[in-house]
Amino acid sequence: MRKVISTLSEKLQSGEITSVQLTEKYISAIEAQNPRLNAYVHLTFDEARANAQAADKMIKEGKATALTGVPFTLKDNIATDGLFTTCCSKILQGFKPYYDATVWAKLKAQGAVLLGKTNMDEFAMGSTGETSVYGAPLNPVDNTRVTGGSSGGGAAAVCANLAAYALGSDTGGSIRQPASFCGVVGFKPTYGAVSRYGLLAYGSSLDQIGPMTQSVTDAAIVYDAIRGEDKADGTSVPTSAQKTVLKGDIKGLKIGISEEYFDGVPTEIKGAIDNMISAYEKGGAQVVRVSIPALKLALSVYYIIACAEASSNLGRYDGIRYGYRASNYTSVDDMITKTRTEGFGKEVKKRIMLGTYVLSSGYFDAYYKKACLLRKTVESQMAEAFEKCDVLFAPTAPNTAFKQGYSGGNAVETYLSDVCTVPVNIAGLPAISIPCGKDKNGLPIGMQIIGKKFSDALVLDTAYFAELNGLSKTAEVEGGVKL
Amino acid sequence: MKYRLVSGLETHVELATATKIFCGCTTAFGGSPNTHCCPVCTGQPGTLPVLNKKVVEYAIRAGLATHCTINTTTHLDRKNYCYPDLPKAYQISQFDKPLCENGYVELESGKRIGITRIHIEEDAGKLVHESGYTYIDYNRGGVPLIEIVSEPDISSPEEAKEYVEKLQLIMRYIGVSDCKMQEGSMRCDVNISVMEEGATEFGTRTEIKNMNSISYIEKAMAYEYERQIEVIEGGGKIVQATLRYDEHTGETSVMRTKEDAQDYRYFPEPDILTVVIPEEKVEEIRKGLPELPTDKLHRYIDELKINPATAKLLYKYKRVCDFAERAFALGAGVKNTVNLIVGTLYSKLETEEDKEKFALPVSAEEMAKLVKLVDEGKVNITLAQKTLAKMAEEGKPVSEYIKPEDVAGMDDSELTEICKKAIEANPNAVADFKAGKDKAIFALYGFVKKATQGKADIKKADEIIRGLIK
Repeated sequence: MRKVISTLSEKLQSGEITSVQLTEKYISAIEAQNPRLNAYVHLTFDEARANAQAADKMIKEGKATALTGVPFTLKDNIATDGLFTTCCSKILQGFKPYYDATVWAKLKAQGAVLLGKTNMDEFAMGSTGETSVYGAPLNPVDNTRVTGGSSGGGAAAVCANLAAYALGSDTGGSIRQPASFCGVVGFKPTYGAVSRYGLLAYGSSLDQIGPMTQSVTDAAIVYDAIRGEDKADGTSVPTSAQKTVLKGDIKGLKIGISEEYFDGVPTEIKGAIDNMISAYEKGGAQVVRVSIPALKLALSVYYIIACAEASSNLGRYDGIRYGYRASNYTSVDDMITKTRTEGFGKEVKKRIMLGTYVLSSGYFDAYYKKACLLRKTVESQMAEAFEKCDVLFAPTAPNTAFKQGYSGGNAVETYLSDVCTVPVNIAGLPAISIPCGKDKNGLPIGMQIIGKKFSDALVLDTAYFAELNGLSKTAEVEGGVKL
Repeated sequence: MKYRLVSGLETHVELATATKIFCGCTTAFGGSPNTHCCPVCTGQPGTLPVLNKKVVEYAIRAGLATHCTINTTTHLDRKNYCYPDLPKAYQISQFDKPLCENGYVELESGKRIGITRIHIEEDAGKLVHESGYTYIDYNRGGVPLIEIVSEPDISSPEEAKEYVEKLQLIMRYIGVSDCKMQEGSMRCDVNISVMEEGATEFGTRTEIKNMNSISYIEKAMAYEYERQIEVIEGGGKIVQATLRYDEHTGETSVMRTKEDAQDYRYFPEPDILTVVIPEEKVEEIRKGLPELPTDKLHRYIDELKINPATAKLLYKYKRVCDFAERAFALGAGVKNTVNLIVGTLYSKLETEEDKEKFALPVSAEEMAKLVKLVDEGKVNITLAQKTLAKMAEEGKPVSEYIKPEDVAGMDDSELTEICKKAIEANPNAVADFKAGKDKAIFALYGFVKKATQGKADIKKADEIIRGLIK
């Protein structure tokens, strides 16, 4: 794993390179590679250059933090004042918010340099990146493969060294799964640890912003910079006043293994995770068997709750105030109908209809209400598991990166590939995906480390053990900015 | 056949908090279009609502003042519907767990109109239709509302009127709303059905939407009552429907029927955590409530012995009552105080709003000084009235009009001397009085008034004269 942020930060603060110079390097690399990879959908180079100048000033004045002057990217669903924020959807074509998301405001204050907005599945609905109106990003490891999704562009940008780090969002695995497909680190913090203000909502009770990086060290730095209670987000919570300290201390750590997570997972992936577990055991950790039968329910619960919330969250895209508006219409109702029909892609429409259905009178109790009850069951069973162990180890996905175009004909299989990531969102837990070997095609495999609520620091430190001992290697691809 | 009218009201009341329910924008009425707005109340993508605690507090006050139980654990829900004045395409409201439940409002007759529930929600924006275009003003969007839902306990337009007036009175008293129907800070939906006398099941109801005046509520109810009876008598059936009332024709017409009723797809608002209110907070709010109008009225009549007609003229206006009660506290007699308020000050306060505001330049301290002079018999009521009227106009203290020397020395012996002179000067009147003509004594009053330039207490003089003549 490469400590990209701390390496760049040292160079910047020692004066070896200025942020302006570093930013130009990234810009050149993006210009060279992005037309092929399609990781970025909106380039914000003017903003980046201005940010870099401000950062250089901060460095000179001795006000720099670890992120000052370091170029990064935001997923296209995080609001940026005056800069395109389109959720990779036609319906938000041309949309520029007039306020900043809290995470962007926090990073900007620290002198971060925004290179652009990265590609994603439309409204974060998808596991491949392919539902983006701008076309799918390519997996830098193997260009015939998808990046995964929905934060596919961010994973690709980090993997291809086109950004030092990326912020993604994770509703059912959207940070962790593309991180695993692209061989990078993806961290989904505890629900509420990072403000959602400015994150264009998909499933409000599940959405969480988090970092995608080349190392656990970098993930911890970014996490520390963006977390904390936010007055603008009533669901945010105070987090530790201390910086996250990484020691890789796993002596006596109890690693929970739940068989349910491994159901139907190919032996190749299972084997990779077993190897990792053995290495942790050698390092002094202890394996504990736990059972979480409700995991089987998690996927259904997820699709009902996420779609229900999405059907409401996406109601506001009506062509009246911003974004795309159909050009020919006869009345307000007609305009709204045509705008939504033309503006939303197929997957989004599917989920809006599904969500509308499960909330409709007559079906509410059978679907939405039942899903909420089962959500509590998942939550409590996971909490019980954490009475016996400190962290859970599990695959990030039951598969490695799909071939481009696979999901089109295999919608259900694609949904099923979220099976390992959604329980964490349902229970609001923190989880990290770190690279854990490769499959026979040389494609990265991801492993999740899951903790109980607010044990984000423990999750990061447990993952750091793999980084410290060379157990986890991020993908290495040609091109991009070399350190 | 005789029909009973059955009606329940849903009343929306705008809360008088300084800021909106989910953001920091002002709730001030009016303003240039879209100037009292921010990304949150215009539903910009990615923004989140943060519940204003004052809104919860005000709603609890309203609940306690209408004898409701307070659900100390509650949550908000999304009511999904698509309309251009609703920028998120859902209204944040409360569905299955309202903040307040099971209260009542008592009418003069003692009849109680049940309150089913009171919940909090956000107001929508406003559509402005102008020269072929429709404009949207979101200034009102996100202004906090409470919806007060009554039981179907109202059985006449008169009761509806009284119920709405009582609600207005209570909400103003406890300071949660100005309840101005003309400005839309109070609006009613009227549910109405008829049932045959003696029947046990309610008839099919219709709902008249968005009534913004009490007299229209009365008229619309009367019209709808007759219309429903006519339909039934004609062998027809009432269709459950939402109606609008046309103020010009005085008729109701159908907006939509049950078939095209909306499915609001309510579900718990995920952006706002469960609201947990500590019991102590509810108690604190309860303790902070002022005396409620009905309680005040009863106290005025039963304890302060104010005659019921006068008490009714006073209790509706909280500021007037506060003024009177401060004067009482400073030693002013109740009877003279209230008579002077109703007799003199009210003539300066013509409209309801004037009385509501009670913005006269007379302090309770000066009022008390004046009343005490009357109480002590140093100034008669007529002079007090004249003085008070001047005070209300000019804002000057009592001492500007009545000098100490004017009232000094007007003791019993001096008054007795004047009364003796009055008897001497009016032998005819005295003779008449002795002969049984009680009214003849008025001539003596006149003499005393003239001699004392109106300062003498005529009641006292009456006593003295009668004593002397006997």
